[in-house]
Parts: sequence; structure tokens; C-alpha cells
Amino acid sequence: MSALPPYASVGQRTWYYSFRIICGLIFFFLIFPVLVIIPLSFNAQNFFTFTPEMLSFDPAGYSLKHYEDFFTNSDWQTAMWNSVRIAPMATILATGFGTVAAIGLSQSHMPARSVIMAILISPMIVPLIISAAGMYFFYSRIGLQGTYWGVVMAHAALGTPFVIITVTATLVGFDQSLVRAAANLGANPVTTFFRVQMPLILPGVISGALFAFITSFDEVVVVLFLGSASQKTLPWQMFTGLREQISPTILAVATLLVAISIVLLTVLELLRRRSERLRGLSPG
Amino acid sequence: MTDQTHAQTVLTTQDGVPLKVSIARALRAQKIRSALLVAPLFLFILISFVLPIADMLYRSVENDIVPNTLPRTVVALQEWDENSGEMPSEDVFAALAEDMKIAAAAKTHTRVGSRLNYEKPGIASLFRKTGRRVKRFEDGDYTAQFLKADKNWGDPEVWQTIKQFSSPATAGYFLAAADAQRTPDGVQFKPEDERIYLFLFGRTLILSITITVTCILLGYPIAFLLSSLPLRSSNLLMILVLLPFWTSLLVRTSAWKVLLQQQGVINDTLVWLGIVGDDSRLALINNQTGTIIAMTHILLPFMILPLFSVMKTISPTYMRAAKSMGASDWYAFWRVYFPQTIPGIGAGSILVFILSIGYYITPELVGGTSGIFISNRIAYHISFSLNWGLAAALGVMLLAIVMVLYWLYDRIVGIDNVKLG
Repeated sequence: MSALPPYASVGQRTWYYSFRIICGLIFFFLIFPVLVIIPLSFNAQNFFTFTPEMLSFDPAGYSLKHYEDFFTNSDWQTAMWNSVRIAPMATILATGFGTVAAIGLSQSHMPARSVIMAILISPMIVPLIISAAGMYFFYSRIGLQGTYWGVVMAHAALGTPFVIITVTATLVGFDQSLVRAAANLGANPVTTFFRVQMPLILPGVISGALFAFITSFDEVVVVLFLGSASQKTLPWQMFTGLREQISPTILAVATLLVAISIVLLTVLELLRRRSERLRGLSPG
Repeated sequence: MTDQTHAQTVLTTQDGVPLKVSIARALRAQKIRSALLVAPLFLFILISFVLPIADMLYRSVENDIVPNTLPRTVVALQEWDENSGEMPSEDVFAALAEDMKIAAAAKTHTRVGSRLNYEKPGIASLFRKTGRRVKRFEDGDYTAQFLKADKNWGDPEVWQTIKQFSSPATAGYFLAAADAQRTPDGVQFKPEDERIYLFLFGRTLILSITITVTCILLGYPIAFLLSSLPLRSSNLLMILVLLPFWTSLLVRTSAWKVLLQQQGVINDTLVWLGIVGDDSRLALINNQTGTIIAMTHILLPFMILPLFSVMKTISPTYMRAAKSMGASDWYAFWRVYFPQTIPGIGAGSILVFILSIGYYITPELVGGTSGIFISNRIAYHISFSLNWGLAAALGVMLLAIVMVLYWLYDRIVGIDNVKLG
């Protein structure tokens, strides 16, 4: 498929181009919804569609008023600050516990490895609505329902599987003899961990942390059940906004979130290239 | 040296400890060390995740409210034959009067009432009404006083319901979740037009299968193209797959809400192109079409990524060999290439199916009433009808389906091999 040979028949040629057109359409389907909200968020009207002014590129058709609303409206601001307070804390918990556990799980003498792994990964597999229901029932028993730490704990639990998966994947390529060499040269286990092991598995840890962060930052089902009004996060506010009074401010928020995901994606891609280069996998 | 003397020489380390013992000790130390590393997270997940799920399992069968609030009545009712079709004896009414006086003082009688109301509508008001009157009851002839308070106490069905739910555990929530009920002739399904939960489970499965199939159809060509292109261009095109993957779920759902509306971008474009008339705009949202389109878009990357990682490992020489031996393009693809991609299709399908079967947010926002899933019903019972037991039972049933699929996924792909990005 990579290149059309010069001797290709008419049928092959037709198929070659129509296949590319089909793929182009599917790519369009994938990317168009994400991109279309960006111009719509600059709409000067409170509409969700392109106005005639926008289509004729009249500057009067565009404005920043939805962004202004986001930065001045107290509902959106509270929601944003709640997200900013919850997600990093959940990320720290998930990354800390997850990295240490992944190191333990990667050692060949770990007893009952597959069972423990299955339990630790399960928050990723169990449908969110079920996790949310169970957490709601249990956390209200122990008084964590409607509290900041309740939401943080739940989000950290949902984020750890990603940390475990990415860090164990990095540890597969980790040469254990480096740890033995460090110990041989007189380093204690803590020094060995921070000076030898950590720098090498750092890309895995960071990408796991990014996954944990985005899990918490995007999460809405659990916080909807577990949080009280004072833990209202950005996704929650968007969810109520979409369900009740649909306001174009949502599109401005969505555009900002797309910008954040582009940044995250770039960081991850750079990390991936770095780790491939370190392992000598990448040609370039 | 004979064999016998050889067996008697035990290898020892320098300090005289047998080598086997020494190795076992070192291994044990390593095992303990790795277990200690995993322990903090294990405890954390246990408290924050496993116990909540266990609590849900418990709630789906727990029923201690009736025996706790009406302990004397429950004991007295054991004598009564529920199939006799007659009211219980005066002893039972006396026990009930005593229980109700205590319950009304503690204001717990309404909770029993609303619990039993799930099983037999009308009991909640019966308990509320009687709770107000029971304080003024006089000693003696309780039967008449109860019947005066509410004549429904003479209905043997009320007593049957109380007796049925007097044990501390019940299968009642599961029966309700499977649209069944206990009748005097045993467990029976409800009439077909009242089977909401089985119907919803069926719809959830059908929609999830539809979404999975659409994802295969759309994801396969993309993964094929990405795996056959040179690294530089495939990395570039991969961004088009990864950007939606990394974009917030709510952003993508709101985008579809904007696009699919009656006055939305897609309908506007179709009207402008003259494909549909202004008065016959397509209903693309708040129905099953909306759910299928939006969820296919959201879950498509989960199909493309595993497919891509499988296709990347297939050497192009197989196809070339097949063609050089006279196979047509299609034949070579279908008989040589496609069978090798089946593990990827399996992995992607199970992943997409597991994710879609438990979806809540997207169906809630774009599904209307005809495009909602079983999850939406669970959420409804938790936050609006407050029938937590039924919500738990529905959740357990959904969880069982997912667990079977998870086990399958582990068998086919291995949970360690999950690839992210």
C-alpha cells in the first residue's frame, strides 16, 4: 500500500486512490468535531452554529465574549479552581503509590503477581458508573462522601492503573544489573532508587502521571456522585451546562481544554521519542 | 566416589549454612521486599476501590431493615401460614403494635414502609398512616384497632410481603433487576410490556455491539494505512488519532451536541447543499443515532491503537510472497494478511465493548430517552428514586458481564500488554 508500483493496473489505481479517500474521510470524522468548536467559541452571537458574518470572515462576527464570561463568571471560576485543586493531588497520590508498586511488581520473585496485578488494574476496567455507585455507598458510611479527600482518593484510585501500566512497561527495558552495580559500589537502596533507577524510568513515570492527571481532570461520573457543591469541578460544570441551560461559554472552555490536551500530547510524544532513543529503538 | 557418598555431601556456603537454606532465605527476603513495595498501593486500592465494590455487592442483597425495625412481628409471623389466605392472629398484631410504637418514636417506621413499597406499592402510606395513630392505641384487641387505622392491614398480601422480606438477606433486588417477581406460584417474569430492565440490558448490548462493529469498520482501514506508511508520515497522521483520544470526553460530547442539533452545523450544511429541506431537518440527536455516532467517535482510538500495534508486527513479505505465487490483491489480503490481524480485532473489540457497555455521560447527554443505557438507569436509582438496593443489583449484574469480558481479554491479550498511546 505504501507506494503504487508503475505497473499497477487501472483497478489497482482506482482502489489505491479510493482507499486513501475513505481513510481521509475517517480522519476527518475523527478530527473535525475537535476542531470545529474552536472557531465556534469565538462566535459573537449566542448560537451554536456558524453565523453568516462568521462565514464571510467579518470581524464583527467574532468576539471573545464567551472567554470573558468564563473568566468572570463565578460558577466557572469556582469549578476551575476546584479542578486545579483536586487533579494535582490525585496525580501525586496515584503516581507515588503506583510507581513504588510497579517496581515491586516488576521483580521476578513477587508472589501472586498476576492476581495482584488484576486487582490493581481493575479500577480501569470496571465501568465508571459502578465505581461511582460503590464509592458513593461506601464513602457515605465512612464520612468521606462530599469531602475534598473523598474525591481525591477516588480519582487517585482511578488513575493508578495507568501509572502501573506505563511504569511496568518502562521497567521491562530496565537493566537490573545497574541496581546491583550501584549496591556493589556502596550505595544504599534509597540512593540507588533516586540516583540510578528513577532517572532511567522517569519517562514512564511522567507519562503515567499525565494519564493520572487527565483521568482526574476529565472525570465527571465519580465526582458527580461523590462530590458536594463545593467540589464542583470543570467537567461537572460542563455536564450540568450541557444538560440544562446550554451556553456557548462551554465552547470557550472546551477550546481551552483542547489546548491543554495538545500540550499534554506534545509532552508525551517528546517523552516517547526520548525513551525510544535511549533504548536505541528509533532510527531517527 | 559412589553415588551414595555424593548424595550425602551437602553444598554449604562459607559460614556453613546449607546452600539451599541460604538461597531460600535470600529469596524470601526478596519476596518480602517486593511485597512491601506493593503493599501501600494494595491497601490504598483496597480501601478506596475494592471495599466500595464489596459494599455494593452487600447492599444488593442486604435487607436488615425489616428484621431490625419489626423484630417481634418477624418472630410472631413465623407461626402464620402465608398461603392460608387469612389474616394473621391477634398475637401478630400485638407484636406489630409494640414494634410500631418503638419505630414511630424513633421515626424509623417510614423507612420500613418505603423499603417494602418497592415490593408492593401502597405499603409506604400504610406505614405512615398507622405510625401516626399507633401512639394512641389501647391495650387489647389490636386487630380491630389496626383495621380501624387502615383497612389494608386485613389484606393478606401485605402480610405476605412483610414475611417474605423478614430475613436479613434477600434476592428481591436481583429479581426486580431481572424483571421478575415472587408470586404465590414461585418466581415469575413480569408481563412482557413491563420488563424495563431486561429491555434496557438488551438495548445496551445491542448498541454496544453496533458501536463495536462501527469501530472495527472505521478503525481497520486507518490502522492498515498507518501501519503501511513510512514512519515519518504515519507518526504525523497518528496525531489525528491521538488528539481526539487525549481530548476531554465532555469536549467531544459537547462538540457532537453542537454538530448534531436540528439547528446545528451538519443540518445547516445539508440544508445549504439542498440535500434536505429546511422543514425536514434530520433528527440526529437525543436518539440512538446520536449515541452511536458520538460513542463511535469517542471509542474509535481504542480500536485503532491495538489494531495498529498488531499490524505493525506483520511483515510485508508475507503479502509479497502470496502475490508472487499468483494470488490476487484481494485473495492475498483476505487469506494471508487478514487472519494475522484477528488478535488485534479481538483485543480492540473487547476493549471498545467493555468501555461502551458501562458508558453514562455520553448517552445521558446525546441519547435522549431512546438512546440511554443501563448505567443511566443505575444513576437514576441512586440519585432520584433512592432505591439503592436495586441500583446495586443492576450494578452487580453489569459488573458480572464486564468481569467475564475482562477475563476473556486477559486470556486473549494479557492485561500486562495493554498499550497506551
